[in-house]
Amino acid sequence: MRTIWYEETLIAMIRIEIDGQAVDVERDTTILQAARQLAIDIPALCHHAAVKPYSACRICTVEVIRRGRSQLTASCSYPIREEIQVLTNSERVIHARRVLMELLLAQCPESKDIRDLAHRLGVENTRFRTRGEGSNCILCGLCVRVCRDVIGVSAISFVNRGWKREVKTPFDAPSEVCIACRACAHVCPTGAIQAEDISGNRMLSFWQTSRELQACASCGRPFAPGAEVQHLTRGRDDLRESLGICPQCRRTETGGRLERWTTSAQSRAIKDHGTP
Amino acid sequence: MKKIRTIAELGTLRAALERERESAKVWISVSNETCARANGSDKVIAALDEELRKQGLADQVRVKGTGCSGFCDRNPMVVVFPKEIAYQRVSPDDAAEIVGKTLIKGQVVERLLHHDGKGHAVQHEADLPFYRYQKRLVLRNHGRLDPTDITDYLASGGYTALSQALTMSSEQVIEEISRSGLRGRGGGGFLTGRKWKSCREAHGETKYVICNADEGDPGAYMDRSVLEGNPHSVIEGMIIGAYAIGARMGYVYVRAEYPLAVTNLVIALQQARDCGLLGENILGTGFNFDIRVNRGGGAFVCGESTALMASLEGRVGEPEVKHIHTAESGLWEKPTNLNNVETWANVPVIINKGADWFASIGTEKSKGTKIFSLVGKINNTGLVEVPMGTPLREIIYDIGGGIPHGKKFKAIQTGGPSGGCVPEELLDLPVDFDRLTEVGSMMGSGGMIVMDEGTCMVDVAKYFTGFLQDESCGKCVPCREGTAQMRQILSDICEGRGRPEDIDLLEELGHVVQDTSLCALGGTAANPMLSTLRHFRDEYEAHIFDHRCPAGVCTALIRYTIDVEKCNGCGVCAKQCPQNGVSGEKKQPHSIDQHLCIRCGICREVCRFEAILVN
Ligand SMILES: Cc1cc2nc3c(=O)[nH]c(=O)nc-3n(C[C@H](O)[C@H](O)[C@H](O)COP(=O)(O)O)c2cc1C
Ligand code: SF4
Ligand code: SF4
Ligand code: FES
Repeated sequence: MRTIWYEETLIAMIRIEIDGQAVDVERDTTILQAARQLAIDIPALCHHAAVKPYSACRICTVEVIRRGRSQLTASCSYPIREEIQVLTNSERVIHARRVLMELLLAQCPESKDIRDLAHRLGVENTRFRTRGEGSNCILCGLCVRVCRDVIGVSAISFVNRGWKREVKTPFDAPSEVCIACRACAHVCPTGAIQAEDISGNRMLSFWQTSRELQACASCGRPFAPGAEVQHLTRGRDDLRESLGICPQCRRTETGGRLERWTTSAQSRAIKDHGTP
Repeated sequence: MKKIRTIAELGTLRAALERERESAKVWISVSNETCARANGSDKVIAALDEELRKQGLADQVRVKGTGCSGFCDRNPMVVVFPKEIAYQRVSPDDAAEIVGKTLIKGQVVERLLHHDGKGHAVQHEADLPFYRYQKRLVLRNHGRLDPTDITDYLASGGYTALSQALTMSSEQVIEEISRSGLRGRGGGGFLTGRKWKSCREAHGETKYVICNADEGDPGAYMDRSVLEGNPHSVIEGMIIGAYAIGARMGYVYVRAEYPLAVTNLVIALQQARDCGLLGENILGTGFNFDIRVNRGGGAFVCGESTALMASLEGRVGEPEVKHIHTAESGLWEKPTNLNNVETWANVPVIINKGADWFASIGTEKSKGTKIFSLVGKINNTGLVEVPMGTPLREIIYDIGGGIPHGKKFKAIQTGGPSGGCVPEELLDLPVDFDRLTEVGSMMGSGGMIVMDEGTCMVDVAKYFTGFLQDESCGKCVPCREGTAQMRQILSDICEGRGRPEDIDLLEELGHVVQDTSLCALGGTAANPMLSTLRHFRDEYEAHIFDHRCPAGVCTALIRYTIDVEKCNGCGVCAKQCPQNGVSGEKKQPHSIDQHLCIRCGICREVCRFEAILVN
């Protein structure tokens, strides 16, 4: 392994080559991260920087040549530990991604995001039999992982094995613990999860769950699920006040505070120095 | 049992136990594993005990429930020692005769003897072709030891390998295993010594060893048999491995569907603990190690190493990416060494007999023996242990006794559900890890399913692909969606909806599933389809292009008709047909109404004149 020692940082760097371009990376950088450093685009569906790699969609497949042997691998989790050569656009990679896209098209024929990605990868139709039931979920697990690992709520999980797998709330009933924070909807790559604020409630129809929106302490408009505010302020009395008002009022209030502060600073300056 | 404090003490105890066994020469073994219990071996033991009491022999003759010696469909098997007269399919009613005749008068009960393939009665198991061609290292004591009695194991040389290993350095033990060429019996065939070495060298104080007894392959049961019949051989292997690697804790992950294996294992562990062979300061050497048993829910995928470890930790048993080996970061992110039951059971053999001796058995790159579970269309069903490199033909014909009912052999499926089918042309193939892979199949855990001419290979591919589709954890796209689509296309072909482009599509999809799946379940899930396509492509073509199932299995593609020359109008089929689809005058040739026929094949089964044709 050729490692380059950067005098200032004393971090061992490993030089790898992606599509013919060299890049030096720290040990355990993933191929996907390294490619992004080079602005090389690798499609990825189940990956999100907020959570650990999971490597389920396999769309980020690349070809790795290591010690003379070539192999397809998921770039989102492959940790770089030695000099390797990576091909993100070889014939093998393109072919594998296309067949995977055909499988996803057969699973979620109605998903616009999937069709757009397929189109980008040169796939317009699938040769496989449609087997989805209208849901746009590709089972990437991002919602489950974000809810569990980032939000810390674990309101949803996978149920059943194999081709019967689904993401669900426990017993497929409205969730008792969901705080309706919408993090799942935010990370979902296919828009399968949608959140809507209607008549004082936030509705997540994918989870058959809704939570009442809390009124802003300042303007009185409903703005965030009470459950979410509670979750965020648990054990944080210092936050309770600022999180109890809606973003808009918070902005106005901050503006007001800032104004007060500048004004008082100005008057202080005038008092001290005679000039503003 | 009293704690054994030193290696020397163990030697003295063993010598005493051996003398004790020498003096009690006359005893009876009754195979008493799950397979035998299903046929009433418990009752046979009770009946023999009762009979001995009646005849006043209870004090002199011991009846031992032992492991099964492998000839499973002959259970319950009884062997009378010291002459080793072997009886098969014994029922409790036979007890009086066995005691009265064989024990008291020294005569043989002819009707209970085994028969060789040629109809001759055989007194000793060793003379049966089923056993004669085997080489039993791991199964050597099956049928001789009471698995619930550690003294039996000790008296037969048990824990001598441990005594030996504890006088060696860890490096020496690993070197010995490496030199033996032992490869993992769990499927992948990794070199055991190399795996131990990387775990030994991995950073970290806490390390684990695990025994994989998940055994999810349908039809495979060698691991169950070893745990039920000789649990101490696995425990001894694990203690030696832990010593070599530097682990202080071990786990056996065993499927909950194996209650007897769990029971016998738990008993054996407690006895080993009581004897000071497990726990603190083993045999006074300062080495500490203990083993816990964990029951798995029986998902096939939980046999995969990362899924197994997740399950052990109490998480969902789902594979994880394995770019970093479990030897470095496994259970609770500590260096972990996982081996299969049979791999562990080979360890004491190697330490006892030496690496060179072990390496002299087998082929260039596959050493020692392998246990196969031989099932399907074969005369002798059971567990067979043969040297690596034994030709398939020998296993099927010499040991297995060939195909029943004079039918023709068609293929043998090896390697479990994700293995492949090997055709007749390749029957002389020496069975080892690499040769099986070369022909598109694999060693897997050692399942062997024999198929005769009445088997449709597309149907077989559909069955195994369906199994894998159901057992896929569903995490990654190629395996979850790919197996579902492969299975769909195979069903279409079997049901007469095959399209000309399907063969190419199957191959294309199969290779992508192989190349891109997250774990080896998906990585091998295309094997059943790809291997049958490779060796039986004409059958796929017959289904798609000629709308014909050559084996006469796929109901959508066959027609039952009656041969007017052979039919004498007896009317049996007409009576049995659930559709009332057969009609005709008495004593006149009958005919089948194709609109009513559901192709259940009952008419063909009941006709005594072979007048029902399939085409
Ligand atoms: C889907 C799947 C199922 C497996 N099931 C088993 C099993 O039941 N028993 C087993 O020993 N190994 C099984 N393996 C192999 C293990 O992952 C692992 O390679 C093996 O236990 C290592 O032991 P060895 O080196 O002694 O073979 C399975 C692998 C896969 C991918
Ligand atoms: S709902 Fe969206 S985020 Fe959740 S598993 Fe499905 S596709 Fe992924
Ligand atoms: S290959 Fe199959 S079993 Fe393995 S992780 Fe993927 S879906 Fe799960
Ligand atoms: S983004 Fe890498 S496998 Fe999904």
